Amino acid sequence: MILTFTPEEEAFREEVRGFLKEKLPARISEKVRTGKRLTKADHEEWHSLLNERRWYANHWPVEHGGPGWTIPQRHIFEIEAAAAHAPSIIPFGVSMLGPVLIKYGSEEQKKYWLPRILDGSDWWCQGYSEPGAGSDLASLKCAAVRDGDHYVVNGQKTWTTLGQHANMIFCLVRTSSEGKKQEGISFLLVDMNTPGVEVRPITLLDGEHEVNEVFFTDVRVPVENLVGEENKGWTYAKYLLTYERSNIADVGKSVAAFAHLRHIVETQQRGGRRLADDPLFAARMARLEIDLDNMRTTNLRVLAAAGEGTAPVAESSMLKIRGTEIRQEITNLARRALGPYAQPFVSEALDEGFKGEPVGPDYAAPIAVEYFNNRKLSIFGGSNEVQREIITKAILEL
Amino acid sequence: MDFQHSEDRQMLADSLGRYLQQQYPIDVRNGISASDAGWSRDKWNELAELGVIGALFDERVGGYGGTGFDIAVVFEQLGRALVVEPFLSTLMAGRLLAAMGETALVEQVIAGERVVAFAHSEAHNPYDLADIATTASPSGDRWLLKGGKAVVPQLASADELIVSAHAQRDGEADAAVSLFRLDGGSAQARVQDYPMVDGGRGGDLWLDQTPASLVGGQGEAYPAIEEAVAAGIVALCWEAVGVMDVIRDATLDYLRTRKQFGVAIGKFQALQHRMATVALEIEQARSAAINAADALGGDRDRRERAVSAAKYTIGRVGTLVAEEAIQMHGGIGMTEELPLSHYAKRLTMIGHQLGDEDHHLARYSAIGRAA
Ligand SMILES: Cc1cc2nc3c(=O)[nH]c(=O)nc-3n(C[C@H](O)[C@H](O)[C@H](O)COP(=O)(O)OP(=O)(O)OC[C@H]3O[C@@H](n4cnc5c(N)ncnc54)[C@H](O)[C@@H]3O)c2cc1C
Repeated sequence: MILTFTPEEEAFREEVRGFLKEKLPARISEKVRTGKRLTKADHEEWHSLLNERRWYANHWPVEHGGPGWTIPQRHIFEIEAAAAHAPSIIPFGVSMLGPVLIKYGSEEQKKYWLPRILDGSDWWCQGYSEPGAGSDLASLKCAAVRDGDHYVVNGQKTWTTLGQHANMIFCLVRTSSEGKKQEGISFLLVDMNTPGVEVRPITLLDGEHEVNEVFFTDVRVPVENLVGEENKGWTYAKYLLTYERSNIADVGKSVAAFAHLRHIVETQQRGGRRLADDPLFAARMARLEIDLDNMRTTNLRVLAAAGEGTAPVAESSMLKIRGTEIRQEITNLARRALGPYAQPFVSEALDEGFKGEPVGPDYAAPIAVEYFNNRKLSIFGGSNEVQREIITKAILEL
Repeated sequence: MDFQHSEDRQMLADSLGRYLQQQYPIDVRNGISASDAGWSRDKWNELAELGVIGALFDERVGGYGGTGFDIAVVFEQLGRALVVEPFLSTLMAGRLLAAMGETALVEQVIAGERVVAFAHSEAHNPYDLADIATTASPSGDRWLLKGGKAVVPQLASADELIVSAHAQRDGEADAAVSLFRLDGGSAQARVQDYPMVDGGRGGDLWLDQTPASLVGGQGEAYPAIEEAVAAGIVALCWEAVGVMDVIRDATLDYLRTRKQFGVAIGKFQALQHRMATVALEIEQARSAAINAADALGGDRDRRERAVSAAKYTIGRVGTLVAEEAIQMHGGIGMTEELPLSHYAKRLTMIGHQLGDEDHHLARYSAIGRAA
C-alpha cells in the first residue's frame, strides 16, 4: 500500500497548478469562490480553455481527444481545479454522452459528435426522467415511432438540467412496448431546434432556473441519430449512469468546499470565541473532516479498481451516497455557522458586478440557498434510496 | 392531566385556522411575502380584529391571554399557514412594554394600530442574550444610542422600536442592560432592509447617536428580556409544530399517491421506516413545545431549561423533517411551485432564530449544572 503520490505525479500537480494560474480567468474563479451565478458563456469559456490544452475530455481515450491521464492524474486535476475555484465541468456532453458514443456509437457518430462536444459546438442536456418515470426510469413513455428514415417523437421529459442552454438532448425513448419494459427503450439524439420541441422552465426552491420540462410533439428525428441498436438503449443508459454517479460524488469539490467552510468557521464568532472553538461545532467539523478523509481514500480505491477493469457496481453506489451526504453536510454546517445571517437572502447579490450593500459577513450571501439547492444531490443521478437498493442487491444475493 | 386546550383557546384556534384557510392560502402568502413590504397591513388589521394579537397579552394590558398555551394555539395556526406578518416581534416587544408598564402603547399594539419590534441580538454573539455591546449615553432628558442589531424580523415595518443597550456615563457602562424606545421609530436610525430566504423581510439596525428614551428602570431590563425571549421561543416552537404537521400530512399524502415501480412509494419499507421516524420525532417535538409553553409561567430556571430543551428539539427535528420530506418527494420536493418547499425553508430557518440547536443544548446543560 502506498498512499503518497510519485515524484512524477507531484510534478504533474505543479503543471496543473501552473495551468490554472495562467489560464483560469480570475473573473470566473472569483465568481465560483464567492458563490455567484455562472452564465452559459462562463462555462463555455472555461471548457474551451481546457479543450485548448486537451484537458477537457480528461477521461476520454487519447484517440478521441483525451489526454491519456492515469487515475491519480485525474484525481490530482480534480482536486487542484476545485481548489483554484474552477467551475465544475458541465457533464452532459463530455462526461455522459461522450463515453456512451465512444463505447456504443457508430464510426460516423463518433466522427461527427465527439469533436462537436470538444469544441463546444453543441451543448447537450439529458432527457431521461419523465413525470411518471423517476426512480422507475424504465417505465418511461416518451415514444419514438419509425416513419421512413425518421423517428417521430411524442411525449415529455422533465428535470432537464440547463436545458435552456442546450441545442441538443440525448433521450431515452420507448420504441417497443412488448416484453420487459427495459427491452423497449432506445437512445436517441435530438436536435432541440426541430419543430415540435418546447422547453419550459421549472423554478427550484432557491428561486433559480436550473431545470426544465421538455415537450415533444411530432418531432422528426433522423434515424442516424439512434445510438447503438433499437431497443438496446437501457444498456447504454445504465453505462452512462455509472459515469454520472461517480461524478456526483465530486471529492475535489468537497475538499474545496470544506476549506471554505473552515474559513467561515474560523472567522465567525460565537459565545465570545471563534466558532471553531465551540466544542459542539468543533465536533461537527471533526466528524465531517474524518468522513471526507475516509471518502478520499474510498474514492481512490474505487477508481483504482475501475482502472483494473473490475466493474464496481456496489462501490460506485457507495461513493454516490457518501459523496453526496458529505457535500450536503458541508453546506449544512455552513448555514449553521452563519447563525441568523443564514436568513437574509438578496438574490441580486449573486449576480456578477453586484454593487449593493452586502448583508452580514461577506461570504454569507449564497450559503442558505446552496444548502437548499444541495438537497438535489441525494435525489438525482439515482436517488440515494435507489443506490442502497443497488448495493444490497449486489451484496445480499437473496 | 388534560392535554386538551380550553374551550376558549380551541375556539380561537378554530376561527384563526378558518380565516387563514380562506384568506391566506399559499399563493396569497407567497405574493405577500415577495411584495416590497414583505407583509400585508390589511391582513394584519383583519387578524387584529379577530383578536389574534390580544390573545398574546394578558388582561392587565388589555389582552385576554398571554400564557404559554395562548401563544401556542396562535403560533401553531400561523405556522400552518406560513404567516409572514410580524407576530414574533409583536409578541416579544409587546411583552417587554407590558412588563415596563407601557400599557397605553400595548393597547394600540393589540388594536393593530402600531407595530412594534424588539431589536436585541447583535452580530458578534447573536445567540447570547446577555452579550450586548450597544451603548446609551445621556443627553439632556434623552439618550443617544450607538451600536448595531442583527437580523430583526420585519424591522422596516415597525412603527416603534424597542432596543436594548448598556447605559453609560462618562465612559462607564452599566453592567446590566436597559431598554430604550427610539424616538420616531426606525425613521431615526439606519435600517438595512432585505428579503429573507424563508419569506418576508428582515433588517439590520445601525445606531449612531440615535435619540431614544429609557423604558422602565435603568439597568433593570434583563429579567424581562429573558422572559420575553422565552415567550418568543415558545412561539417559534409552536410555529414549527404547525409547519411540521403540514409537512407530515403532505408527505404522507405523497407516499400514498406517488407511484413508481407499479406501486405507491409508501409501499417501500425504506420509506415507511423513515416516515415513521419523522412522525415519531414530530410528536417528541410537540411534547417539548408543550413543556415549554407550560413552563413559561413558572420560575426562571425551570422556564429557561424548558425553552432551551424545546428549541434544541425543534432545531434538531426541524432539520430532519425538512430534509426527509424533500427527499421522500423526490424532484418535485425541490420546486418552488410545491408548497412543501416553502414550509421546509421556514422550518429550517426557525432553527436560526433565537438560538440554534447547539446553543440551546449547551445552555440547557449549563442551566442544569447551575441549578
Ligand atoms: C435538480 C435536479 C436536476 C435533475 N436533472 C436531471 C436531468 O438533467 N436529466 C434527467 O433526466 N433527470 C434529471 N433529474 C431527475 C432525477 O434523476 C429524478 O428526480 C430522480 O431520478 C428521482 O425521481 P423522481 O423525482 O421522480 O422521484 P421518485 O422516483 O418519485 O421518488 C420519490 C421518493 O421515493 C423514493 N423511492 C423510489 N423508489 C424507491 C424504492 N424502490 N425504494 C425506496 N425508495 C424509493 C425515492 O428515493 C424518493 O425519495 C434531476 C432532478 C433534480 C432534482
